[in-house]
Amino acid sequence: MDCDIILIKGSMHNIRIIPRLDIKGPNLVKGIHLEGLRVLGKPEDFARYYYENGADELIYQDVVASLYERNSLHDIISRTAKEIVIPFTVGGGLRTIEDIRSVLRAGADKVSLNTATIKKSSFIKEAAKKFGSSTIVVAIEAIKQPDGRYLAFIDNGREETGLEVVEWAQRIEELGAGEVIITSVDREGTGEGFDIELIKKIANTVHIPVIAHGGASSLENMKDAVIEGNACALAIASIFHYGAINKITETARNMEEGNNAFKDSGKIFKIIKPSDIGTVKRFLQENNIPCRPINSK
Amino acid sequence: MSLQVAIVDYGLGNLFSIDNACEMVGLKTVITSDIAVIEESDGLILPGVGAFGDAMASLKKDNLSGAILDFVKTGKPFLGICLGMQLMFSESEEFGANEGLNLIEGRVVKFPDLNAKGEIIRVPQIQWNQIYPNDPAVWSQSPLKNVKEGEYMHFVHSYYAKPVDSSTILSFSEYEGVRYASAVIKDNMVGIQYHPEKSSDEGIKIYQNWANYIKNKSY
Repeated sequence: MDCDIILIKGSMHNIRIIPRLDIKGPNLVKGIHLEGLRVLGKPEDFARYYYENGADELIYQDVVASLYERNSLHDIISRTAKEIVIPFTVGGGLRTIEDIRSVLRAGADKVSLNTATIKKSSFIKEAAKKFGSSTIVVAIEAIKQPDGRYLAFIDNGREETGLEVVEWAQRIEELGAGEVIITSVDREGTGEGFDIELIKKIANTVHIPVIAHGGASSLENMKDAVIEGNACALAIASIFHYGAINKITETARNMEEGNNAFKDSGKIFKIIKPSDIGTVKRFLQENNIPCRPINSK
Repeated sequence: MSLQVAIVDYGLGNLFSIDNACEMVGLKTVITSDIAVIEESDGLILPGVGAFGDAMASLKKDNLSGAILDFVKTGKPFLGICLGMQLMFSESEEFGANEGLNLIEGRVVKFPDLNAKGEIIRVPQIQWNQIYPNDPAVWSQSPLKNVKEGEYMHFVHSYYAKPVDSSTILSFSEYEGVRYASAVIKDNMVGIQYHPEKSSDEGIKIYQNWANYIKNKSY
């Protein structure tokens, strides 16, 4: 072949579909607007199920870690990393270089940082230098204000920072983040659809890949996040979890703590229309959005 | 006695998944920066993420670079992954010019800012991208032998290698209209830009084939 021929053709990436697993203690949980957490099962069981069903990556987010300044994920990370041969990002309560190192040592490939980076932005630079940009994902949790601005929040959408998200995204890139995940706290867990305007604002600002998160609903809405929002990847929780929960049998056992009433009731969460990775990928491909086919696994 | 593979530990990058992949295909591993341990190993893996210049500086500081060159000269199997593949080349343009290990002649360059349509190219490239053979005969005698043409592998990188001798190209891939060498092979050396250890069963096949090569000296 001739090296680095410039070919004139479509510029689209293979869009990554990333199940996001929110974790509290030993459990996979799901809330709405990052609050009101329900226990759905064991994270490892869902991770394995998603891996076997064509997930391109996985995200584990310890949703209470940054509140209590603890990080209890290590055992779950190690068990998962041993059997999941796809990239695996871990976030939640990572405040120091040592925190990052220990999560990577446990088996994570990338870390997602938020609270600590807003409290001290040089942390991004330090972490990127130490572990490489491609290991550092910065999470932006955005809440739309009455005046239309999007502001960045921390501690799972609980604490305002006063930072406008576009400026913050620029800063994140300058500091050396390899990727950004943009969460609409307003939409998160509601199934009302990705906030396309928000995603587009961020994706058109930075040159690093942008992962859209929060509110994934219809297939049409996912397509919009890619075509209009320019997202490179979609992080999806509820619609996959509520689709997977009935297929994961072992998961009903061994719950140690948390609000199990929902899971034990056998109900489906009404607002969310469950789906699966295969359905999403087939739809995207039918709409000329490339992605890694699921039979590739 | 089971074969031992040394994974070079020079303070950069996450070695868990490479170690795990080796374990999955029955290789005994040691993560090390000890030159004596490297010398006595049956195979050597150079991993790495991050900046080329920092990586070379770390390798030179403890003379790990010398140990790697000596190891390659013995004819034992050597595998460079991601930045480890790029370090096999003569030089990189990352943050000015940096000398590499010069195991394969060529230069490591950055993806351009814009594609042919004038659109911004996002870097790093982070996606599952496809790999194709440069020469099917070479592919069939390599760790990719039973991997299908056009298979998807996980990529994370901002720079890519341009070998001077195109016969060293094992697989090529395309990103934003740039066709580039995504794996190289020369004698006992293989360099892979993507992450087989993060590329599902198809990626693990590559480790399995490399493990067989260590045992049998043929693919």
